[in-house]
Amino acid sequence: MKIGVVTFPGTLDDRDAARAVRLAGGEAVSLWHADTNLHDVDAVVLPGGFSYGDYLRCGAIAAQAPVMQTIIEKANEGLPVLGICNGFQVLVESHLLPGGLIRNEHQHFICRDQKLIVENVDTAWTNQFTLGEEITIPLKNGEGGYIADGETLKRLEGEGLITFRYSEVNPNGSMNNIAGLRNARGNVVGLMPHPEHAVEPGFGPDTKVAMRSGVDGLKFFTSVLKSLVEA
Amino acid sequence: MSITIDTTKEAKATPDKHQPWKELGLKEDEYLEIKSILGRRPTSGELAMYSVMWSEHCSYKSSKIYLRQFGEKVTDEMKKHLMVGMGENAGVVDIGEGWAVTFKVESHNHPSYIEPFQGAATGVGGIVRDILSMGARPIAVMDQLRFGDVSNPDTRRVVDGVVAGISFYGNCLGLPNIGGETVFDKVYQGNPLVNALSIGALRHEDLHLASANNPGDQVILFGARTGADGIGGVSVLASETFDSTGPAKRPAVQVGDPFAEKVLIECCLELYAAKVVAGIQDLGGAGLSCATSELASNGNAGMRIQLKNVLLRDDSLTPEEILMSESQERMMAVVPKKDLAAFEAIVNKWEVEYSVLGEVIKEPRLYINWGDEEIVNVPPRSVAHDGPVYERPVKKPTWITALNKDTTANLKRAETADELATQFVEIVTSPNQASKSWITDQYDHYVGGNTALAMPDDSGMVRIDEKSGLGVALATDANGRYGYLNPYEGAKLALAEAYRNVAASGAKPLAVTNCLNFGSPENPEVMWQFKEATAGLADGCLELGIPVTGGNVSFYNQTGDVAIHPTPVVGVLGVIDNVARRIPSGWQDQGHNIYLLGETKDEMDGSVWAGVIHDHLGGLPPVVDLAKEKALAEALNAASEQGLLASAHDLSEGGLAQAVLESCLRFGVGARIFLNELKADYAIDDTAALFSESTARVLVSVGREDDVKFVGLCEARGIPVHRIGVTDGTNLEIQGIANWELENLANAHANTLPELFA
Repeated sequence: MKIGVVTFPGTLDDRDAARAVRLAGGEAVSLWHADTNLHDVDAVVLPGGFSYGDYLRCGAIAAQAPVMQTIIEKANEGLPVLGICNGFQVLVESHLLPGGLIRNEHQHFICRDQKLIVENVDTAWTNQFTLGEEITIPLKNGEGGYIADGETLKRLEGEGLITFRYSEVNPNGSMNNIAGLRNARGNVVGLMPHPEHAVEPGFGPDTKVAMRSGVDGLKFFTSVLKSLVEA
Repeated sequence: MSITIDTTKEAKATPDKHQPWKELGLKEDEYLEIKSILGRRPTSGELAMYSVMWSEHCSYKSSKIYLRQFGEKVTDEMKKHLMVGMGENAGVVDIGEGWAVTFKVESHNHPSYIEPFQGAATGVGGIVRDILSMGARPIAVMDQLRFGDVSNPDTRRVVDGVVAGISFYGNCLGLPNIGGETVFDKVYQGNPLVNALSIGALRHEDLHLASANNPGDQVILFGARTGADGIGGVSVLASETFDSTGPAKRPAVQVGDPFAEKVLIECCLELYAAKVVAGIQDLGGAGLSCATSELASNGNAGMRIQLKNVLLRDDSLTPEEILMSESQERMMAVVPKKDLAAFEAIVNKWEVEYSVLGEVIKEPRLYINWGDEEIVNVPPRSVAHDGPVYERPVKKPTWITALNKDTTANLKRAETADELATQFVEIVTSPNQASKSWITDQYDHYVGGNTALAMPDDSGMVRIDEKSGLGVALATDANGRYGYLNPYEGAKLALAEAYRNVAASGAKPLAVTNCLNFGSPENPEVMWQFKEATAGLADGCLELGIPVTGGNVSFYNQTGDVAIHPTPVVGVLGVIDNVARRIPSGWQDQGHNIYLLGETKDEMDGSVWAGVIHDHLGGLPPVVDLAKEKALAEALNAASEQGLLASAHDLSEGGLAQAVLESCLRFGVGARIFLNELKADYAIDDTAALFSESTARVLVSVGREDDVKFVGLCEARGIPVHRIGVTDGTNLEIQGIANWELENLANAHANTLPELFA
């Protein structure tokens, strides 16, 4: 299975996302922001970073990139897309997911091992999790505060579109502790924490068992491979 | 708008014209020397170039005679792993398996006081470009910070700005921040230290030395456009003492755009990979003046440059300003004519702007034209490498004798268990000893996916080779208080601590870099401190058998007549065959034995205990015994290779008390500690057992099944080993003194900095 990893100018975690795809057993294909061709990939990851310097608003310019026009079109037809951190911001700016992401409540960039509750497992990217499972995924952002108007929040809650919620600590002031969302179809998922940083023993978050041994992020990538095999 | 251009023709015609050499930071004899090199007065453009390149910051004119010993006090064995030594942008070390790493630390002290955010941000940007210019992919950064007293209201301004600047720039570059230091002391009040370190990795065959030696090659400036920022930054800022009543110098601080730099990094790496560049030189201090003269001088060649081809952000810049501008995120490439099209394709792909400024010529002469007018005509070596060298007066301070006699012998020590417990808490929650996570949580240490260790572990460690697990460890240290008491020993102590930190993480120390932060070289007492510190460092490296690969000197760190403590930041690089074998700095398992390795003496002078409890600084710093450090490092390495160590943490500031607490807090696992045997064996009291800062000591935890083997290993190597406790529960109990719930200590330890700065 081929999974595309997009590089915008200013993308930082593209190599990490590609590694995560490989560790899960997929083939990572590098996609360039200026290229509208998706090279027959079966799914797409929009990795973290500061696309186009995050000038204007985080993700706003990337949402207009040539590659995004094809991704938006295909996502609406069911192509699995995962947006991580800046990628989540791009999804929101592309209107593939609702709401917005603003400066962290405490005004500082924050990097921490974040506990999350898996709130929805009926998506291309979360089907290997158990509903209600607590996982630990590194979080690192300056503008991760999720906001939406009251009606949207009500809809997200009512339709079960909230996919991850922050547990124990709300690190950035997100409304309703929202860490990640899905679209109605379940092929598009976006979240602020970085699953690609919790895929390899020795380089992930600390666990109760051993230093840096957390690999909870791997299931995002095995989930999509499974959904593609079954599709 | 018309600009009056001072040409070489004009210079010949008006030999006696008054020139602002003094305002540009040159001394009279230096100005006369320039005249004698050129056989005429310099043009204003030439004057600008010489003034920046001959500044202390660029020319190392006061330190050169002392830095030579880093290249002289070496054995063949020490040079074995050195692919590129001192003098290049950064040293390059062979770490095996066809890999090499390059690493360097540099100061950005003065800009960071004036404009903390941009000063610190561009400090990171500058050091990363240094690494890049060696052909390496930058893989991590670290920073070494010294701020003023926490109670001074201005400290918050500097801390906020510096931390935010490093966070902003480093995080946007996608480089993990894997460690560093933060120290508060009133001596840094008007002169904070902001040192930035970067490390890069490359395959042996990809090593590039920036030089221009092939006539006809194109000289290309690419990256950001040139603007008015940082003009004269080098000479006006870095080489002049702050005058507390002087005018604001804000315009001389550069402004950084990390996005532009990130794109530039990827663009440069693609240019190297495509083999379309003969060399790439970064533009940092002294901007174009430095890049053109150094490239030409390195290649024993010359250049012909058309300055009007420089792409500008501001059309009103004069030629002199263009030569001196320190606009960030710019690089200069030397490109063979046949590769020009391929070069253009790559920079266009990354949407990086570029312009061809000129070409390399055989004659070792640097010609710079402004349109048809010749404004610079100089031998590049005289600008870049043959600057002035000073043997400045040196005088041992008279006050040091009295200072060394004022020991801690008469300071009151705790008499009861309660007093000891109170001092313990007071020390571990003091700003310098408290958790730095409020700062380090603002830095991304995950990006890249290769970080094997980061704060708060003893060293930062990154994997270089994903298949074999080959990696490097880096630790930096400096203790200005020790340096003040004895600069020679202080430098050795910094080296010993960084070396120990690397060894404690399981890596084998291999090479050294440094950033020597001192007061004014025009003060003979400061020069004495510098002379002593460099000798101490060079002697120490020789004894440990690891070479200095490069470094940086920052002078003029003082406000008025008051210099900072001598602060030689020493960075030690280690190599580890497989990062999977790295050692955590704290224990995670219950029921493991805790051992203290090394000898504890009653060494309280210069200690945190003396500073925090008694506000005292005097006497002599702890004795360094590098032979013992070496033996300890070898023992740790052997134990790590046999998988005997569950954790290892070095003892330094705050002594055993600090090490025990940090080892508990790393994973939230408690301990029971007993000191009686230790005290009896070394005839020391509780205060010395807990707070002495004796060197060559490490705290380790070992699983019961490995106990016999481990103790045997230490004894066979003559390493003193004392079992001082077991890992247990969620309390820290020091028998006969106190029993704390770890959670309470953790909160107190973590809250100090947020309460001051959040």
